[in-house]
Amino acid sequence: MAEEKKEVKSIDPATVEMIEKAASDGARVVFERAATMKPCPIGSEGSCCSMCSMGPCRVPLPKGKEETPEEKRKRVGVCGATPETIAARNFLRKTAAGAAAHSDHGRKVTEAFLLAAKGEAKGFQIKDEQKLLQVALDLGVEIGDRSNEEIAIDIGEMAYKDFGRQEGEILFGRRAPLKRQELWHKQGVYPRGVDREVVEAMHRTHMGVDQDYKSLLQQAARTSLADGWGGSMIATELQDIMFGTPSPVLSQINLGVLKEDEVNLIIHGHEPQLAEMLAVVTQDPEMIEYAKSKGAKGINLAGMCCTANEILMRHGVPIAGNFLQQELAIVTGALEAMVVDVQCIMQGIADIAKCFHTKIITTDPRAFIEGTTHIEFDERKAVDTARAIVKAAIDNFPNRGKNVRIPDVRSDLIAGFSHETINYLLGGLFLSSYRPLNDNIINGRIRGVAGVVGCNNVRVTHDDVHVTMVKELIKNDVLVLQTGCSAMACAKAGLMVPEAAAEFAGEGLAEVCQAVGIPPVLHLGSCVDNARILIAATAMVKDGGLGDDISDLPAAGAAPEWMSEKAISIGEYFVASGVFTVFGAAWPTLGNKEVTDFLFKDTEDLYGGMWAFEPDPIKAAQMMIAHIDKKRKALGIDKARERVLYDMAMRRELE
Amino acid sequence: MSKIIASAAIRGAHKIVGQAEKKWQEAMDKWGAGEPVGFPNTAYYLPIIYGMLGVPVEKLGDMEQIINRCKALLPPPVKEEHPLPYLAPALDAGMATFFAEELIEAIRYLEQPDFYTKTEDIADSNIWLGAADDVILRKRGVEFVDGTAPGFAAVLGSAPTNEIAAKIAQELQEKNLYVFMAAEYNGKRFSEQLIEAGVQIGWPTRLVSFGPDVSATVFAMGFATRAAMSFGGIQAGEFRKILIYNKDRIFAFALPMGFVSDEWYANAAGAINWGFPVIADTPIPEVLPTGICTYEHVVSNIPHDNLVAKAIEVRGLKVTVAEVPVPVAYGPAFEGERVRGEDIYLECGGGRTHMVEWVTTKRMEEVEDGRVKVIGPEITDVEPGSRLPMAIAVEVAGREMQDDYEPILERQIHHLINYAQGVMHIGQRDIAWIRISKQAVEKGFKLHHIGALLHAKLHQDFGRIFDKLQVKVYTEEDKVNEVLEKARAVYGHRDTRVEGMTDESTETYYSCTLCQSFAPSHVCVVSPERTGLCGSYNWMDCKASFEINPTGPNQPVEKGETLDAKLGAWQGVNDFVLKASRGKIDHYYFYSIVNDPMTTCGCCECIAAVVPMCNGVMTVSREYTGDTPCGMKFTTLAGTIGGGLSTPGFVGHSKYNVTQRKFISGDGGLFRIVWMPKVLKEEIAERLKARAEELGMPDFPDMIADETVGVTEEEILPFLEEKGHPALKMDPIIG
Repeated sequence: MAEEKKEVKSIDPATVEMIEKAASDGARVVFERAATMKPCPIGSEGSCCSMCSMGPCRVPLPKGKEETPEEKRKRVGVCGATPETIAARNFLRKTAAGAAAHSDHGRKVTEAFLLAAKGEAKGFQIKDEQKLLQVALDLGVEIGDRSNEEIAIDIGEMAYKDFGRQEGEILFGRRAPLKRQELWHKQGVYPRGVDREVVEAMHRTHMGVDQDYKSLLQQAARTSLADGWGGSMIATELQDIMFGTPSPVLSQINLGVLKEDEVNLIIHGHEPQLAEMLAVVTQDPEMIEYAKSKGAKGINLAGMCCTANEILMRHGVPIAGNFLQQELAIVTGALEAMVVDVQCIMQGIADIAKCFHTKIITTDPRAFIEGTTHIEFDERKAVDTARAIVKAAIDNFPNRGKNVRIPDVRSDLIAGFSHETINYLLGGLFLSSYRPLNDNIINGRIRGVAGVVGCNNVRVTHDDVHVTMVKELIKNDVLVLQTGCSAMACAKAGLMVPEAAAEFAGEGLAEVCQAVGIPPVLHLGSCVDNARILIAATAMVKDGGLGDDISDLPAAGAAPEWMSEKAISIGEYFVASGVFTVFGAAWPTLGNKEVTDFLFKDTEDLYGGMWAFEPDPIKAAQMMIAHIDKKRKALGIDKARERVLYDMAMRRELE
Repeated sequence: MSKIIASAAIRGAHKIVGQAEKKWQEAMDKWGAGEPVGFPNTAYYLPIIYGMLGVPVEKLGDMEQIINRCKALLPPPVKEEHPLPYLAPALDAGMATFFAEELIEAIRYLEQPDFYTKTEDIADSNIWLGAADDVILRKRGVEFVDGTAPGFAAVLGSAPTNEIAAKIAQELQEKNLYVFMAAEYNGKRFSEQLIEAGVQIGWPTRLVSFGPDVSATVFAMGFATRAAMSFGGIQAGEFRKILIYNKDRIFAFALPMGFVSDEWYANAAGAINWGFPVIADTPIPEVLPTGICTYEHVVSNIPHDNLVAKAIEVRGLKVTVAEVPVPVAYGPAFEGERVRGEDIYLECGGGRTHMVEWVTTKRMEEVEDGRVKVIGPEITDVEPGSRLPMAIAVEVAGREMQDDYEPILERQIHHLINYAQGVMHIGQRDIAWIRISKQAVEKGFKLHHIGALLHAKLHQDFGRIFDKLQVKVYTEEDKVNEVLEKARAVYGHRDTRVEGMTDESTETYYSCTLCQSFAPSHVCVVSPERTGLCGSYNWMDCKASFEINPTGPNQPVEKGETLDAKLGAWQGVNDFVLKASRGKIDHYYFYSIVNDPMTTCGCCECIAAVVPMCNGVMTVSREYTGDTPCGMKFTTLAGTIGGGLSTPGFVGHSKYNVTQRKFISGDGGLFRIVWMPKVLKEEIAERLKARAEELGMPDFPDMIADETVGVTEEEILPFLEEKGHPALKMDPIIG
């Protein structure tokens, strides 16, 4: 059975079609490489230590028999590091790497933001004044009658300092519910500065430093919080100010958004700055004319991975696909250029591109790929760089070969659900609030809220785990908030149009969706935008009726097809913020019971949230629903609420 | 919001905003930007626009920015396939609809000044009342505040038949609700149907025929919006607070009767912003999830005989309707109904015959609870159009009963009888006057029922202070005169007793937080010599109310250590006020207008204001709509100082309080009064004269200026000087 199931590489017909084309074209894509490259069984469980050159030491659990205490004592690395220390160190390093990735993204955004505020980045500006002022209020930046630019410079400098802060507390932590902040203080994990926590994590995991798994895992919590409430949140907030807070927008997704008769250009990676410029430059009549002069009918910009999410959310730019489709976009033979920045870019694209005419253009000084073209993106010359890139793509159009096949597969989706938008959508301009959401959770129409996020992982059927889990959740009246490649999977499956409510959601959830006019699955953006979920959760707490901390909410999180270290950091900051979080695909501490138990059980006592691992999406969804029901019970909203009728005396009692 | 509703509402909003713009442009061409516009006699301009946007629209030219705001609010149409979220855009469209309709109605006032009657009652030739002015708002608003009217129904369109319309209206009246009517369906309007069915409409019967078009809905919404500003103390422009106040405290809902057009949907979407749900008699889509409204937003296809009950349930309103054993409808909504000319079956009192009402305490064994005896001719014994003398003697007994409660019970008789449909009651004591209509008699109403209803209602409301109650209704001349004589002796005795009570000799005052349903930080403290500013509650009333309901809005306040005898401040009172105002007010002075005076809820009968140039104080009652020497009309004053604020220089008070000994005694007392409107002077003339005599200046009433002398300080000062007004010789009032 298990063998048979592996045969299904993806539930996405476009993906399946292109895997076949790749095979016939002799292009060796990720799906094929995965068939020959098996994951290391010891490393995947976190039982391998490669921190020093005395190793690597492998300390896996003996298979098929009970271990005696004596054997357990012997099962240590050459330095004596126990399997617990090794598993926890590996886990902390993954967290640190993930936090570093998000935060370095945030730092780059901050730099661009400061340039924009100072007028040194032509083409960038302060677009969203309302959000600027909101963030200024949150950070205590003086508004008075100062110009937007002056305020922005203060915000940018404060944010910039947050990365290198040595003492004190990260700035956006104060947005969390008070009870949560108290808990962070109590646990000693309120992050000081973003970089400091990452550096300390790297130090602690160096040979011979922190060798108590609980202490290591507490640092994992602190490091991840510096990501979620630090680097990631800074990225999201400053991007919104600079490029506009997303609002609902209709678009399309899947490889079928590529066009036979236009110059196809995919922007792939994670940061929005270049993508924003490309969105502008590809509309430039002069560039379009130039494309026509090369025989194309126009220029078609599409996105991939989280850069795609960024420009989808703000401009409705279509998405060509998620993580596992990056090579397949090249396989269509219709792609003139794939422009990449940072994170989740498979080196494999360089090799695949050799089979076709596609130009791979790296743009970030931190991310070069051997054998590709590098056109470095500089915010000070943003428009010029963008034009050079688009021109390179157009120039490549005449080189397109005959072997072109674009799958006729695309789905409509509505994206653009920021925290601010949700707030507006639930009450209009004059009464915006989370009240209707909380109310309908309390009255049981909506059972709870789930954040389903994360990557694709070639070790499981592509998109299947996401879609199956999310369908199960919405069928049970759980409203699903999504980001990243997970959002794309569900969008491709047609879950992100309002009509999906009637087709897939339970009766209660469908009723609410139809009242508001939203899909049952909301796209909140890229993976740094998981910070939006933290803000949304906090807004739910603050609106009242659902407890006084995030851990009281009937909510859960999941990353069912995760693969990147960023997912570990995200999951960890969700847990440390009080959310029950289930991962699928694989679990990096399974080789050690103590560490796993700490993360899956003891952490609940410390943070109110905890981890779980369940590869079966239905079972995982049911675990999330059970947790939601547990929280509903604790809140006393597990029973039908009586209709309260008000008389005058009750009105007088109102505050 | 279902997609169908949102789409229709947004379409409707586009049409209405388009109409408003067209009308405005035509008006601009005709009148020019400087032409004043507005609703009659209000300090709230176009109240929805003023409340939501904080923008006073005073001239035609001011409307331009509103039109622009409307356009900015108008969302694009909802797409059929894959629509973008539509709830919020539809709510915004609803808001734009109301703004536009207020402009349309304001332009109508300009172009057709007599389109609306601008009165409480309908006229023979015109049934459309138009916007409630601030006098009506305050008078009726008090009923919303004290719970006599728990809310309102906004009825659009018409019922299938006149009979159904009359039945629904009566059912709403029986639930004490106001009915605000607008719009037409099938060539008919609900108001017209009621008239055809012989129902009395107008403010007095709570059946308010605002206007013939759907745009008259804004008069209902404007009323609600003003309630939040005038009673809730919310500032114009604090839109969110106003909307939440309405959701929590104004229990209103919309009843669209008949086909729901795009324009109706647009108005319904607007009303949902205020938390007012829609209950329709047609099968329109429903919106059941809660959130903006307390419960469902749109409920549809409700049969007419279940419409009112369903509406009340959906709004989350508890209305306790007393079962009263009378054959006619019964409730406060029928209080304002009149019985005229040839409708009269029987008339008693009113100068035509003797009539008296008297509550007296008896020993337990002398009273048989529930016994009603008519002594003399019953209504069935006389011809239509007859007159009879009448004495109503209510005899009560009980361990808790005190003589002091007799006048309180007695004062109930007026409205309790008046609550019966088809029965009109005026006055009290020995100047009572009753008319019973032919319609009531036809339904079986007899004099016996007067006793029955008094027994039922007094037991219900005051059951804690007596055990047994019987009623004797005399209609024989000699018996009536006998009762009259006894009663008059008691009246005299009572009046001297109450007059004799002083603040100094009383250790316990009573709070009144009845208005906190509307003005959450307002606390009245009532002493014998400072009655409640609404005129409804004196010290004795509060005491009785506490006895009846020990956890209710009237609580005893031990006055404690005297902090300032002259200005009237006590430690116990201040402690209580701090707590009861939820920490907002920590002290106030009873007898001063200059120094931190008592808070005002906005329901006050009169507002006094310092007029520095005259070294005195003016006061104005809410009936007077003209200008006053302080530069503000009553309604502006009430809007400025209401909502639970203590505003030095201004204080709300009752009419009766003017002639009480402690009236602004800390600032010099009655002799500070330099101006009051004629209507007030006349109303309190007798007591004013008596008080002036007591103070040794019998001609003082003639020294008080009124609007015939002037409405500015400059105009009245020469008059005061000429009369030798005592205020001019007093210490500087501000100093």
